Amino acid sequence: MAENTARPGRIRPAPEGLPHSANMAGRRVFLRRALALGGGLAASTASRAEDLSRNLPPNVPEWQTTLGAPILAEPYGVPSKYEANVRRRESPGLTRTPQSSVAFTPLQNLFGIITPSGLHFERHHAGVPLIDPHQHRLMVHGMVARPRIFTMDDLTRFPSVSRIHFIECGANTGMEWGNVAVPTVQYTHGMIGCSEWTGVPLSLVLDECGVDRKRAKFILAEGADGAALTRTIPMAMQDDVLVVYGQNGEMLRPEQGYPLRLLVPGVQGVSSVKWLRRLKLGDVPWNTREESLHYVDLLPGGVQRQYTWIQEAKSVITSPSGGQVILDRGYHEISGLAWSGRGRVRRVDVSTDGGRNWRTARLQEPVHRKALTRFGCDWTWDGAPALLQSRVIDETGYVQPTYRELRAVRGTRSIYHNNAIQTWAVDASGEVSNVQIAT
Amino acid sequence: MSRSRPSCAAALLACALAAIAAVQAADLARAPFGFGKPASDAEIAGWDIDVLPSGKGLPPGRGSVEQGQVIYDEKCASCHGTFGESNSYLQLAGGVGTLASDQPVRTTGSKLNYAPTLWDYIRRAMPFNAPQTLRPDEVYALTAYVLNLNDIVPAGTVLDQDSLPKVRMPNRDGFTTAHGMMRVDGKPDTANVACMHDCASAVGASSQMPAYARGSHGDLAQQRREMGAIAGVPTAAVVTPPNAATAASPRPDQGLALATRLGCTACHSVDRTVVGPSFRAVAARYAPSGAGNAGADARLLAKIKSGGAGTWGTVPMPPQVQVMDPDARKVVEWILGGAQ
Repeated sequence: MAENTARPGRIRPAPEGLPHSANMAGRRVFLRRALALGGGLAASTASRAEDLSRNLPPNVPEWQTTLGAPILAEPYGVPSKYEANVRRRESPGLTRTPQSSVAFTPLQNLFGIITPSGLHFERHHAGVPLIDPHQHRLMVHGMVARPRIFTMDDLTRFPSVSRIHFIECGANTGMEWGNVAVPTVQYTHGMIGCSEWTGVPLSLVLDECGVDRKRAKFILAEGADGAALTRTIPMAMQDDVLVVYGQNGEMLRPEQGYPLRLLVPGVQGVSSVKWLRRLKLGDVPWNTREESLHYVDLLPGGVQRQYTWIQEAKSVITSPSGGQVILDRGYHEISGLAWSGRGRVRRVDVSTDGGRNWRTARLQEPVHRKALTRFGCDWTWDGAPALLQSRVIDETGYVQPTYRELRAVRGTRSIYHNNAIQTWAVDASGEVSNVQIAT
Repeated sequence: MSRSRPSCAAALLACALAAIAAVQAADLARAPFGFGKPASDAEIAGWDIDVLPSGKGLPPGRGSVEQGQVIYDEKCASCHGTFGESNSYLQLAGGVGTLASDQPVRTTGSKLNYAPTLWDYIRRAMPFNAPQTLRPDEVYALTAYVLNLNDIVPAGTVLDQDSLPKVRMPNRDGFTTAHGMMRVDGKPDTANVACMHDCASAVGASSQMPAYARGSHGDLAQQRREMGAIAGVPTAAVVTPPNAATAASPRPDQGLALATRLGCTACHSVDRTVVGPSFRAVAARYAPSGAGNAGADARLLAKIKSGGAGTWGTVPMPPQVQVMDPDARKVVEWILGGAQ
């Protein structure tokens, strides 16, 4: 383990410096990168260093002495090739098939509060259908006066709204209920994303069909995927729910439900049914498979909580976080994300000593209700071991619980809704790892 | 460290934004717009497939435990196990009464509260590779067989829309809605207090990743942007195989991407045994190197379309009738070419 870890104080300042990874005491990364850059097996560390310094002052960099790529080299732009590390990933061994599986958002690499559409986590139950929007239909029936079928032409014609909300899978952090199981924030907390969603308020669509508000208490939402996934939505939430076709200014990506999905803000992600094809109004909840065999929270004593819709307040530090190494002593900004399914984030506190003492972090504007909120906190690392934690308080006054508090009520086998305070341990070498602390 | 306090300006801005939001909502035009078209009874009937726990929504039809076993062995056992015992996917049978124990066995039999929900799910989502292809009679039969595997109904039972809702599941009363997570203003079940200084906290790790798992998630150095004073930790010692989705060919109509789209990768991988043999093992058996093709493509194509059992062990491969011939031929060609 020791040979892999960088020692603090070894980062070399620019302009003398080599690319970032070369500054780490362990040269393994640099060597691999040098090979990837085309150096070939014969390339020595020294010669590569020489090559790479030719673009540094006082030399003029090579990309300044030639023409760059023309417009439309990428008609739909893609990230720089140097950003190849930033991608969704699966957690090895978690699921048996890639059709019914999860890909996690790389939270450790993201800024601000918006998740790029191509990095928004994936969770499918029967793969991603490729739907021709001209053949897609939304049927609304049940306790309505006028059962109707809408085309995408119809739905995009309604007055639209755009709102920023998170979607968090109910099972986010579910692997950590009993003990530490995964190394980085991508895998501990990466079943969350936050986008600007554009669509029609559900209430408009329901009114168009003459919904019977006296009798209809619940809505069944059904997807057009191979799972025909169904979830019950309470009418009490109707004012907040959108029928969505846009995400971050573009149409939904196929893996996010193209061309149509439901968005139920603050509620576990499975309720935001993707590839939405049907809404049925009724007077009792449906007890669907995803509400009886899955997405139920097993308590000590064997009883299962059903219809645990709300995602309670939660926060996590994304930098520094597990699976990382701090290369230098001195100033670092502790940065992270907080959110609440019950409204706005009011405050975030940060501890560097495992929860004994806390400081209040800065909240980055804007702070939207039921949206990711970015927090930051100044920190000077002196090379000593530290235990980093964040703790959110939402506008209801609810304080994010510790593992001890959460387990006292729910045990360790409920799979869903783990919103406990996360701890990252920093050791004297600067390596950061996922830990749970004794309480 | 600077503490943030809500400034007057921020508070005013928040008020202004709230006012704008309210105006926007109030400003939206009201229904009816006259959009969409009426849904006919026939159109609704084709899509209205949900079944309530009471059994409301069950269509006419009937099926027996014994009929169910025949269908199950052909279409279900490859994933769920001959006796519903496989925990590779959701385990169907066993575990009744274990939910309160330290080792709860979560199965359809041990968890489910209402039998019509099982019927609803089989009809809408099973078989995994060909959902909504079963007739109501087949769904009744499969439901009866799964209930029989759990000793909930005896052999010989015939289920229909009247008898299925009367089946009492062992965990009928095992659910509660007495919690605060059904409503946005519900009462939370924890009550942490935001202590700021000298708070009670036992410091020291009680759980951490074991050393042997250091490479469990690949090389973490390659999962972090190479910029700044914080880097990913190199953990390259253990190489994990690339997953099918990321390794898939960029052309969605070819090779592994096509096999993935068709659902083959639900049971097969390129180079390791999952439920079925790896594509490369299939290639090696059907077209050994040096032996030439010798009709291997026709034989493999037939096997995909008609299914089979016994060639690779006891787990049968269900017939893949839903795969179109041109796609199947492309997959065969790719497999026999070494699944590269």
